[in-house]
Amino acid sequence: MNTIAASSEKPFSNGAVLASYLLEAHFEFLRVLRTPAFAVPTLLFPPMFYLLFGLLLNRGNHDAAQYLFATYSVFGVMAPGLFGFGVGVAVERERGWLSLKRVAPMPPGAYLLAKMAMAALFAGIIYAALAAMAAALGGVRLALAQWLLLGAIAAFGVLPFCALGLVIGSRANAAAAPAIVNFIYLPMAFLSGLWIPLSMLPGVLSQIAPLWPAYHLAELALGVIGQGSSSGSVPWHILALVAFTAACFAIARRRLARAE
Amino acid sequence: MTSEVVARLEQAGKRYGQVQALDRVDLEVRRGEVLAVLGPNGAGKTTAISLLLGLLQPDAGRATLFGEAPNALAARRRIGAMLQTAGVPETLTVGELITLFRSYYPWPRTVADTVELAGVGDLLRCRYGRLSGGQQRRVQFALALAGRAEILFLDEPTTGLDVEGRAALWKTIRALVGEGCAIVLTTHYLEEAEALADRVNVLMRGRIVAEGSVAQIRARVAQRRIGCVSRLAREAIAAWPEVRSVACEGGRLEIVTDAAEAVVRRLLAEDAGLGELEVRRAGLAEAFVEITREAA
Repeated sequence: MNTIAASSEKPFSNGAVLASYLLEAHFEFLRVLRTPAFAVPTLLFPPMFYLLFGLLLNRGNHDAAQYLFATYSVFGVMAPGLFGFGVGVAVERERGWLSLKRVAPMPPGAYLLAKMAMAALFAGIIYAALAAMAAALGGVRLALAQWLLLGAIAAFGVLPFCALGLVIGSRANAAAAPAIVNFIYLPMAFLSGLWIPLSMLPGVLSQIAPLWPAYHLAELALGVIGQGSSSGSVPWHILALVAFTAACFAIARRRLARAE
Repeated sequence: MTSEVVARLEQAGKRYGQVQALDRVDLEVRRGEVLAVLGPNGAGKTTAISLLLGLLQPDAGRATLFGEAPNALAARRRIGAMLQTAGVPETLTVGELITLFRSYYPWPRTVADTVELAGVGDLLRCRYGRLSGGQQRRVQFALALAGRAEILFLDEPTTGLDVEGRAALWKTIRALVGEGCAIVLTTHYLEEAEALADRVNVLMRGRIVAEGSVAQIRARVAQRRIGCVSRLAREAIAAWPEVRSVACEGGRLEIVTDAAEAVVRRLLAEDAGLGELEVRRAGLAEAFVEITREAA
């Protein structure tokens, strides 16, 4: 039997593709776990920010504590997607690893799904840390369903920021990527009212806020605790986030296909 | 003895801004052969490989793998590659990397076979970042082998390898060709092409300036080298009309000429005590220098 001829005819079973996806995610997890210089700051930064500006600067106001917990959760889950994709993809693209994996027949979605799974895991850990701090230090009291719903919003809320990170990572060079990510991350957090409610900021910022995906995610989170603004409904915010995510993935896909 | 063509460039062109990196290049790779793509830096070797790998799209002409577009997944499942820059994650171990790459292919080699062929059996548990440059290169070779590819693209594969590492890699390449694998090799080391290649394509400024077997390429150069020990003065021989140049090393004369027979006849006539006579045809290195000079 000619094994070479056989190899070209053997179909790739669904099980083999699934195994490939799982391996990719498994090794992405190991890679990040073994790079504490990336993992630790990414995990610590949002809780530290929340501690300093969300908890210590606000004492005693119950509504404000709940508001800040919801918006800092959004702030926290933005980071893993933006940094994991923005910086991670830029580095792997520039060093040639992405090229080698594309030449090797990596299943097209495996790379992105592995990184998304990591971002979602990070988002879950950050959310859990914020929730523990909110309950223990901030006096935030919510129903179980509200805690869980906010957690679900955190886990799925990473996707738009993965997509935005991917747009950055598909173009930026590795050395510039962290600065570019911060340049988008921190202003967007401010402009979306994550640190200070939009109602306390100049009116023009409220008017342009629907441009930012973080605003829509924050509105969804605030809706859970009954503090959403009256403008816009839940389906509208979800639709905005889905459209933003799809647009970013489409742009990134075109750029990556042309890359190198 | 024409066998099946597995990879092909047809009138392929690629331009980067003002620079025409490849210009109407035709190239064929057949099953079970080693094709060496040679050329000075910037000649377009890596661009040609990138077109065949589907990493770049040609502006003009066509690139195909097994008759399909190179970026088709089905075509990619039949190739393996060792690129110049690999950027392998430093925190994964050699065993993990091989496991990951095996999972991409429908019919991979066993881990044992892969590490045996690439000579990385003692490194399986080591993290990639802790390996020496030569060991990393061998791991990259292992990743190229893991899928039991029908074509291997090796871009400067022995850069950074020591003498033993290079010999081992050559041996593996010969074994793979024996199994029917096609190999596309770009290299700076002409002795590597001479030792391995069935056919050679010489690229110069984006165009193919010579194509053929190693013997055919060598034959394009009429030059031969005559070595001997003689009492004749170097300057005197250098003045003979057929002689291109004469060097003297350790009392031994090295004469370069296009008319070896005439020069040998005259040497023997003028120096009855002449000894250690040796006549050699130009190697690939001389041919390469000659061809690139002509094309420049």
